[in-house]
Amino acid sequence: MLRYSLKRLLQGLVTVFFIATATFFAMHSVPGDPLASDKALTERIRANLEAKYGLDQPLTTQYGIFLGNLLQGDFGISYTQENRRVNDIIREHFPVSATLGILAIAFAGLGGVLWGALTALYRNRLPDVLIMLAVILGISVPSFVFAALGQLLLVQINGVLGFSVLPVAGWGTVAHMLVPSLVLGLGTMAYLTRLMRSSMLEIVGSDFVRTAKSKGLPARRIFTHHQLRNAILPVVTVLGPAIAAITTGGFVVEMVFAIPGLGRYFVQAVQQLDYTVIMGTTVFYGAFLVFMVIVVDLLYGWIDPRVRLE
Amino acid sequence: MAETAFTADDFQPAAATESAQTVSRPSLSYWQDAWIRLKANRRALFSLYLVIGLSLFTLIGPLIWTVDPSLQDLEQISQPPGANRDAVVVMPHRPWDGTVRLPEIRGLELAEPATTQSVRLAWAPLPNAAGYRLYRNLFPAGEGQALGLPLFETASLNERHFEDRLDLKPRTYHYSVAALDTQGRMTGAVHRLELAVARVVTAQEAQAMGLVAEAGQLKPGDRIKLRAHPLGTDYLGRDLLARLMAGARVSLFIGIAAPLLFIAFGVIYGAAAGFLGGWADQALMRFSDFVVALPFLLFMILLRVASGVQPGESGITPMVLAMVLLSWPAAARLVRGQILQIREEGYISASRLLGGGAPYLVLRHMIPNTLGVILVTMTFAVPTAIFTEAFLSFIGMGVAPPTPSWGSMCNEGIKTMLTTPHELIFPALFISVTVLAFNLLGDGLRDALDARMRSAE
Amino acid sequence: MTGAPDRGGEAAFNRSAARQLGLFGLAILVGLAALMWGLNLLASLTATAGGAPPAVDAANNAITVMLTEEPPQLDSTRSTDQVSGIVLGHVMEGLLRYDDRGELAPGMAEQWRIDEGGATFQLRADARWSDGQPVTAHDFVFAWRLGLDPENASEYAFILYPIKNAEAINRGELAVTELGARAIDERTLAVEFERPIAFFDKLTAFSTYLPVREDFYRATEGRYGADADQLLYNGPFALSSWVHGQSLRLDRNPHYWDQARIRLDRINVGYITSDPNTRLNLFKDEKIVMANLAAENLTNALEQRWHIQRHMDGSIFYLDFNHREERLTRNLNLRKAMILAQDPGELVYKVTKTPGYLPGESLFPRFLEGERGKFRDEHPAPTYQLDVQAARAHLEAARRELGLEAFPPLVLLAGDNPVSNIQTEYFQAVFKKNLGLDIKIDRQIFKQRLAKMTAGDFDLVLAGWGPDYNDPLTFGDLYASWNLNNRGRYASPEYDRQVRIAQGAMDAPTRMAAFAEMQRIIHEDVVIIPNYERGVAYVTHPRVKGIVRRVVGADTDYTYAWIE
Repeated sequence: MLRYSLKRLLQGLVTVFFIATATFFAMHSVPGDPLASDKALTERIRANLEAKYGLDQPLTTQYGIFLGNLLQGDFGISYTQENRRVNDIIREHFPVSATLGILAIAFAGLGGVLWGALTALYRNRLPDVLIMLAVILGISVPSFVFAALGQLLLVQINGVLGFSVLPVAGWGTVAHMLVPSLVLGLGTMAYLTRLMRSSMLEIVGSDFVRTAKSKGLPARRIFTHHQLRNAILPVVTVLGPAIAAITTGGFVVEMVFAIPGLGRYFVQAVQQLDYTVIMGTTVFYGAFLVFMVIVVDLLYGWIDPRVRLE
Repeated sequence: MAETAFTADDFQPAAATESAQTVSRPSLSYWQDAWIRLKANRRALFSLYLVIGLSLFTLIGPLIWTVDPSLQDLEQISQPPGANRDAVVVMPHRPWDGTVRLPEIRGLELAEPATTQSVRLAWAPLPNAAGYRLYRNLFPAGEGQALGLPLFETASLNERHFEDRLDLKPRTYHYSVAALDTQGRMTGAVHRLELAVARVVTAQEAQAMGLVAEAGQLKPGDRIKLRAHPLGTDYLGRDLLARLMAGARVSLFIGIAAPLLFIAFGVIYGAAAGFLGGWADQALMRFSDFVVALPFLLFMILLRVASGVQPGESGITPMVLAMVLLSWPAAARLVRGQILQIREEGYISASRLLGGGAPYLVLRHMIPNTLGVILVTMTFAVPTAIFTEAFLSFIGMGVAPPTPSWGSMCNEGIKTMLTTPHELIFPALFISVTVLAFNLLGDGLRDALDARMRSAE
Repeated sequence: MTGAPDRGGEAAFNRSAARQLGLFGLAILVGLAALMWGLNLLASLTATAGGAPPAVDAANNAITVMLTEEPPQLDSTRSTDQVSGIVLGHVMEGLLRYDDRGELAPGMAEQWRIDEGGATFQLRADARWSDGQPVTAHDFVFAWRLGLDPENASEYAFILYPIKNAEAINRGELAVTELGARAIDERTLAVEFERPIAFFDKLTAFSTYLPVREDFYRATEGRYGADADQLLYNGPFALSSWVHGQSLRLDRNPHYWDQARIRLDRINVGYITSDPNTRLNLFKDEKIVMANLAAENLTNALEQRWHIQRHMDGSIFYLDFNHREERLTRNLNLRKAMILAQDPGELVYKVTKTPGYLPGESLFPRFLEGERGKFRDEHPAPTYQLDVQAARAHLEAARRELGLEAFPPLVLLAGDNPVSNIQTEYFQAVFKKNLGLDIKIDRQIFKQRLAKMTAGDFDLVLAGWGPDYNDPLTFGDLYASWNLNNRGRYASPEYDRQVRIAQGAMDAPTRMAAFAEMQRIIHEDVVIIPNYERGVAYVTHPRVKGIVRRVVGADTDYTYAWIE
């Protein structure tokens, strides 16, 4: 187990190196001038700026410097926020995105299991039909539409009640997090509900459930120990990719709800060609995702003893 | 009970007849079987019809509804879906110097008939005014209520006329002019005027819209039917139905071309890895692991920007390429897995024993057996690709205008969703229906094509 | 006999399972609540702002506002953007400042004298930094040297060029100590001019001219202005917290000299978002005291019966032609054809649709002061009227002059924001309809657009310009042949001559005549196609008065605001 984990971590590091390289060259192939500004720069000012960011060096040298700094965990200074270190930007804004993502995953995972189990239980009856309709909506409507509608709904609710039930935008308290994370997790929740439903139905008809019934185990025990537990397994497998999708896909929600997450910074950085922020964010996210996938795999091995990690 | 006597004849072996071998039902190929299963699945069939309908909408639609999607009907901006509207022909707009042909101005008055081209107003002096501010409202403003949109302000007492041309719609407006004191504050004295604006069009515009062949055929005062827009118009007066069709070409093209390409690449890559095996397989698969690890949306954005859309280009190709570049490993893995699995199957060994050569094995067994899985993957990849396009369009990194796509139309529509919801509802509906149809079709195909992946429903 | 009990068993099983799921759901709710509580703790570690303050907090005498973007940094010597300008306008004060009517007023300087050769500023005795130390003449000298120091690479260094030796210092030819600005004593600042300048007083209100205290600057070790505690304040408010991307808190600065004019105790910047719908929703929810309205939101604002106000922000927007040798747009007849083929009125009234936008007529916007009244009243701008026949005639003439069979598509460079999308699509259709000209839209991200503008890689570009200081020269020198912001490389000796007159002359009549000449040349040479002067429609909270919008200086200014 430990050996396996170490091996995976080592592979992860190589992957992060690959991501860093790919990002570096993809970014430097973006046409445009990171130093350009609304007011034209004189030659002299330009040269000073280039020297400051090391842009006067050949690309390979820049790459070497970048890798050297990366090894020390230093992403450099932002181009647009001239006096801020990229490390600070990540340190301050990643927790926001992560919080949003964790909550969204929690909503999606727990909700998906609950609704999925319910639909399987009430198969082809009213709760099943209603939930599956909602699921269809959740799968087929883009999240930015949900985000805009969610905000609008909040305004209407607050307007009708005459006081603020939940804030319509911003960040800082739990109240701010509820609606954005729900919106963010909605698509995944719908997907997981579907998965859980079919997984449940498959297991209801399986031999070990029939055996459990025939040997007279209490229904409660069969449901929790045989059905739920086994049905959840496929849900856990897709959790890894889901985390990836949610954490990097959060920027739409971050934009609509004015949340200071890292995703919003990334989009701005691309617009502004802020090399250091683009690099830092992508490499950091890449490393984070690689790590999450490893964790989910280990988790899966722990939950399902049939899976042997090697 | 009767005694039964057996004779030796009874113990003769039965004659071998062909009838035992006869297949009593017609033989079904894999695809025939799949088709029968699919037909039995009502939801899948329904979604198949939806997909066919969408294809017809995209391909045949523009032949039937031949409106140019980029034609700007500035007389009908952001119009909701509705029947034909007509307008009166007027002369082209000329600047107004403020001359009023009224015997006497009392309060706030119309200097000329109010049209969607311009509303020309003049007003009588208000007591104690040091200046005036003119407002326009959609609703009557009661005492103490807000007067509406401030359109004009003057500190000159002689300037008591104003021409309003701002976004005039054929409807009722409530104008008011308020007196200002020397500090620019309202004194409370107000003239009000309620008026109805008539829809007009100039002969030149009518010609440009294709309503008449020659501008000369029309003279001021004629009534003319404006273009019909069954699903309304957008923020530049472009026909929404035509744009949805044009957008369908873009969105569906991206949605189908990208998965097609990355799956094709993935199949080749995965098959190569699966066949070669050993060291090459390891290397190829390790590389695909790297690509999988790239944060998808971040790299989509980065590659989209890096590809640098040239002037006049839509940016569809770079987007498709970026998607292919980032999405192929999933397909490659899947195909490799399938090939590895099939290689070990009994029927392959049997086929080999019976003398099947490598090409025969590949063509007859491996490809048909992976095709089902590939088709299913492909169907599920379509909605993802369409969503990705919509996402990128939403943050302004999608297809470049003026090329329409459902995603960018949604993005525009969201801004106006309170006042003109149809600009959001229709493109969003099309995205949803498409995504839904392909998802359901994917489910159906999976049930029909692959016994192992069959969901328990 | 076999079916019934089984069915009963099934039902019992289902009931039990449903109960289980109910419990499971309950557990989820509890778990989520716990998770959120934990996250709340986590968030409170990273964020100081607890809860969402209402738009008006009368108990604390505080208001909440929003910003469209995060200020990149608040180092006044390097700040270039409007949002930083707003924040700096609240927390810093220059020698002079703009008051609530947009007029110049004494700031750190109590008296000043300006003549052809230079200026002397007398600082007030009670001018203090937020740590209680006096603001001295040295602080200004240090800031200006910093602004010009090539090492500091300030993009706005050029605005200090009227000071003697400034340009040479910025080029690295002279040491910063050679700058013609000296602290005669703690409270007297003497400035020598490079050449006579008529509007130096207006420049001193600009953010690059703000003071920076040397010892504090050095202590920040390159992080000056990056955080609330990395900046020293001498304005009416001081930043007490800055959570990046999320909020800023401005508290009244007890050391500010003019306490009498400040009536609020706190300004919360609670939200940073550029989304107009979010802005509208926040205002509707009474979370912010002021919101600019996008054209799409006007109907909704009318339904809400809000008191809508409007403000001209002094920026002009126009289509800039590329006048470089190899470009077709160098041809005057082509440019004339294009300007005659469009109507800025249609653009403003049917496409942008915001009240306050005025159809563009000139390079010089309406707010600029002339000799006695407004410049544009004294020198009305000549304009072109839409005339498709004449436009086609000019186009034909251009085609013959250029020796073309037909015109190749022209490239229209634009940014990738929604506003420019609409306009480029509109212009593409207009030039196609009226001239049969094909326009290729080149839509680029911000930095790429700027790079292409600098390289001259366009035929037309959607451009805009806002005033740096309240003098027509801020627009006029834009088309001087040496100005790097003249991206189309328009060059006219006569125009250059007029710019030099306006730069050097001290008397208003000569200068205004020169600007009028520039306006005429721009018109006759069709250097640009003016599109519009930008305005904003906005709403304010009914209980908050005294919010100042202005053309030059911090827009919006809440320092004069109070709660009623």
